[in-house]
Amino acid sequence: MKKTFNPEKKLYTLAILVQDIPGVLSQVARLFSRKGYNIESIVSGETDKPGVTRITIVILGDELMVGQIAAQCRKLIPVLAVKLLDEATAIQREFALIKVRAADRNARDEVIQMSNIFRAKIIDVGRDTLTVAVFGDRDKTAALIGLLDGYGILEIAKTGTLSIERGNSTIYDNNKLKEEYNYGKNVL
Amino acid sequence: MKIRATQAIMECLLEQGVDTVFGYPGGTILNVYDELYNYRDKLHHILTSHEQGAAHAADGYARSTGKVGVCFATSGPGTTNLTTGIATAHMDSSPVVFLTCNVTEPLLGKDAFQEVDITGIAMPITKATYLVRDAATIPDVMRQAFAVAATGRPGPVLIDFLKNVTDPSVMIDYEFIPWTENRSCSSIQSLARSHGLKAPEPDAQDIAILADMIARSERPMLICGGGVVRGRAHRQFRELAEKLDAPVAITVMGGGGFPGGHPLATGMIGMHGSRASNVACDECDLLIAVGCRFSDRVALQPDTFASQAKIVHIDIDRSEIDKNVLTDHHIIGSARRVLEMLNPLLPQYSHPEWKAHILSLREGAETDEGDALTHVKILEAIRRLAPEDTIVATDVGQHQMWSIQHFHFSYPGQLLTSGGFGTMGFGLGAAIGAQLGNPDKRVIHVTGDGCFRMNCHELSTVEHYRLPIISVVFNNGTLGMVRQWQSLIYHNRYSATTLDRGPDFVKLAEAYGLRGYRVTTPEEMESAFRDALSAGCGCVLDCRLDIDEMVRPMVPGGAHITDFLIK
Repeated sequence: MKKTFNPEKKLYTLAILVQDIPGVLSQVARLFSRKGYNIESIVSGETDKPGVTRITIVILGDELMVGQIAAQCRKLIPVLAVKLLDEATAIQREFALIKVRAADRNARDEVIQMSNIFRAKIIDVGRDTLTVAVFGDRDKTAALIGLLDGYGILEIAKTGTLSIERGNSTIYDNNKLKEEYNYGKNVL
Repeated sequence: MKIRATQAIMECLLEQGVDTVFGYPGGTILNVYDELYNYRDKLHHILTSHEQGAAHAADGYARSTGKVGVCFATSGPGTTNLTTGIATAHMDSSPVVFLTCNVTEPLLGKDAFQEVDITGIAMPITKATYLVRDAATIPDVMRQAFAVAATGRPGPVLIDFLKNVTDPSVMIDYEFIPWTENRSCSSIQSLARSHGLKAPEPDAQDIAILADMIARSERPMLICGGGVVRGRAHRQFRELAEKLDAPVAITVMGGGGFPGGHPLATGMIGMHGSRASNVACDECDLLIAVGCRFSDRVALQPDTFASQAKIVHIDIDRSEIDKNVLTDHHIIGSARRVLEMLNPLLPQYSHPEWKAHILSLREGAETDEGDALTHVKILEAIRRLAPEDTIVATDVGQHQMWSIQHFHFSYPGQLLTSGGFGTMGFGLGAAIGAQLGNPDKRVIHVTGDGCFRMNCHELSTVEHYRLPIISVVFNNGTLGMVRQWQSLIYHNRYSATTLDRGPDFVKLAEAYGLRGYRVTTPEEMESAFRDALSAGCGCVLDCRLDIDEMVRPMVPGGAHITDFLIK
C-alpha cells in the first residue's frame, strides 16, 4: 500500500545540528527557499558541544513536504543531525519584547495587570510607554500581543521558536528512526 | 614532511589516482599552474577554449570512465563560466571535483578584480563547497572533497582556494595517504560519523518484501534509471530482468544500463518514450524503478503514473523517495548491492502473455526507404559503420532523442548526454573528456546546428590534442525541438527558432584544421562517415535535414503517459 501522508498544513518544528562553519546558516536557509518552502521562524545558537550549532526552524507545510525537507537537509555536509519535533513530545518556547503605548494611568495599570496574568515582565518604563518581556509558547505570546494591540504597540522584537524534547530523550540519541530515515545513516 | 601548499594540492590529486585534469588558467590560479608545470609528467593538463568546455570535458571523462573528473579554473568569470558545467554534473550525479582560486585574503569581500563568491553561487548545484583559507587544511579538504564526490550518490564538489593559500612560500605538513586508505584520515572519519560514507547496506527484510511482491505480480515491469549506470550495476540489473521475464523501459540517464537490443527492452519511457514502454507503465501491476528519480519527463503526470501498479523504488538517495511519485515500497541502497541481494531470492519467472502483449507494441527500429537524407538514414549509417562499443556524446534536442531511440547502448558510460539539466553545448566537451579517458574507443559527437554553435570553439581542443572525434551535425536550420513544440502546441508561430544564418560548418571545421564534409544525401553520408572513421583526426559532418522532421512519439508535458500527441 502507498504510504498515506497527512495533507493538512500545519506548523512543523525541525531541530538541526550543524557544524559551526562560515555560511552554514545560509546554506540551510537557502535549501528551504530553493525547494520552495517558507520558513516561519529560524533560530540559531550554540550548544553544549563546542563547534556545534543548533538551528531551529519552524515551517508551515504538510507531512510529505516536511519529510522531504528533512531528508534534503540531512544531505548537507555540515549538517550533523535533523530531528522533527512535535508538540506532543517536545516543549516549544519563544521570547518577545513588546513596546506598548501607555500614556495615561488607566492604560498603564491595565497593561501591567495583563502582563502579570501572562507572567510577563515590565522591563522598561518610559514616560508614555511600557516595554513588556513575555516568554512562552507561540500561542501565549500571540495572545498577549493580541491583547496589547488595543493600546497601540510601537515595536516588537521577537525570537523564533525554540524547542527541546521532554524527558530523557535528546537530539543526540540515535534519532534516525527506521521509518523516517531507513538504515540509520544518511547517504552522502 | 613539509612541502609547498600547491605541491600538496598536486600530491593529493596523485593520491586519488588522477592523471588527467581539464582547465583554464588565470590570475589567481597562477601559483597552482606554476606548480602544475613541475608535475607536467604526471598530470596531463588539457587546455580547452572556454571554462564551460573544461567543465563538460571533466564531466564526460567522469561519466565514461567511472573515475572522478577534475577541472581547474581561475576566479571571477573563470568560475562563473563553470557553473553550467557544474549544474549539468549535479543534475546527472556525475562525480567531478572543481578546483578554483579566489583573490587573496585581504582583498576578500572588497570587490577586487575578478572576485566573485563562487562558493555561494555553487552551493545549490554541488554536493559540497569548500573555501580554503588555511593552507594546513588542504590535504584534509582535498581528501574529503574526493570522498564526497565519489561516494553515495555521486556529484560535483567545488574547492575555492584563496590566492595567498597557494603562495609558493606557504609550507605545510603533508603525508602521502593512498586513496584506498583515505578513510583513515581524520576529516573523513569525522564526516563519516554524521554521514555514512559507505552506501547504506540494504535492509534484508525490505528486500524480502520486494521478492514477495514480485512473486504475487502477474504484470511486472522494470525501469532502468541513471543509478544503474552510475553504480555500474548493469550485470545485476540484466540478471534481474531475465529472472523476472519482464519488459524493461530505459530512461535517458539509464542508457547503457541495460542493452538496448535485448529482447526484453522496450526503449525509452516518458515524453518521447516508446509506445511499448508507456503502455507497459500504464498497465503493469508492479513497477520496479531502479535508480530513477521519476522526473517530470518520465512521470509526466505523477498522480496517474503507473496507476494500476504497486510502485517500488530502489535508490541510493533517501531524499528521492516519495519526492516526485508516491511509492508503495522502497529500498535504500546502491543499485548494485540491492540487486546482488535480491537476485538470489528470485526463482525464474515467466510472464509469456504479458510480455507478448507489451513486446508486440514495439515498433522496431524506424526504417526509411526514401532517397532523401533523414535522421534515420544518418543514424542508421553511424550504427552500421561505427564499432559496436562506440561512445556517443549528444547535445540536447531532437538529435538527442533520435540518438537514444535509435542506438542500442550496451554498457554504462557509452551514452553521454545531459539528461537532467538539458545543457545545449554539452556534447563536444563531453566527447573530448570521453576520448581522453578512453583513447582506444571511438567517440562520436551527435549534435544539432543550434547546440553545435554554442560550444564549437572546442574544435580547437579537438585539433590540438589530435582527438579523432566525429561531430555529426543534424543541421535542419532550426532549433528543432523548440520548433516541434511551436508546430504542435503554438500554432506554427516560429518565434526566434529559425537559424537561417551561418556559419558554414564545413569551412568552420577547416578553419580549425579539421576535416569538414557537407552531407545532403544518404550516399554522401555513407562515404563521408567512412572517410571520417579512417581520417585519424577530428571531423565535422554537416548533415542537411528537412526543417520539419519531428521526434515521434510524443506525449506533452503534464499529460497522461499514454496520451500521445503524435504517434
